[in-house]
Amino acid sequence: MTKRPIEPFLWTLFSGGGVMAAFFAPVLLFLLFLAFPLGLFHAPSYDALHSFVAMPLVRLVLFVLCSVPLFHWAHRFRYTLYDGLQIKHLNEFIDILCYGGAIVGTLLAALLLWNFS
Amino acid sequence: MRPQPQPAPTPYTPYHPRWYRTPVSTYWWMHRWVYFRFVLRELTSFGVAYFCVMTLLLVRALSKGPQAFEAFEVRLASPFFICMTVIALLLALFHTSTWFSLSAHAMVVRIGGTRVPGILIVAGNYAAWLVVSAILAWFLLR
Repeated sequence: MTKRPIEPFLWTLFSGGGVMAAFFAPVLLFLLFLAFPLGLFHAPSYDALHSFVAMPLVRLVLFVLCSVPLFHWAHRFRYTLYDGLQIKHLNEFIDILCYGGAIVGTLLAALLLWNFS
Repeated sequence: MRPQPQPAPTPYTPYHPRWYRTPVSTYWWMHRWVYFRFVLRELTSFGVAYFCVMTLLLVRALSKGPQAFEAFEVRLASPFFICMTVIALLLALFHTSTWFSLSAHAMVVRIGGTRVPGILIVAGNYAAWLVVSAILAWFLLR
């Protein structure tokens, strides 16, 4: 891999996103996307969730929680493709796909949470 | 007696010389459990990305109104999304466990000049994780 001065910064995002995902992803994945849709527990009502997400501080937390782990994904997935599939000749394409995807996701998250109504 | 043919001189190449390397199969990671576990750890990034994308889609559904939210919940209960969520959840749990194991090596904590043993750091991480999960679950379920 080519050495880039931005590498330590990307690694910091990878690390920070890894911590956030380690602490928050399992419980939220289970409750929000498995237990509540299946009716395993008494889910919070639409109004309760809506007024919760409407709070600016909550949206700020959600923005960080949904953007930094995307860079964790980008960094790790880049090396997965690099190590797993041995496709060195596609390095530039993979970098654009991974980090570009994370940047697009971050912008969409900002737009979505800023315009939340 | 005819003169022996001389070996052809090595042609000039502008490139770096190629050393011999044993070709590695694309499926090298399927040969041993430790290799497979390594690739599985790498694939946990799917669970992380799934979590981000689905949370943002949930926020979008909330923003659109009660009908959109209801439709989103119904879609989440479809077999396809149940499968995806279960896979993502298992990968996320594997990420949590591998990440905490790693933290024992990444974090050097000293108390009174002596290094705190790694097992305590890992245990502390798990304890903090349980507390965070319990608080979030209590908040969402109350």
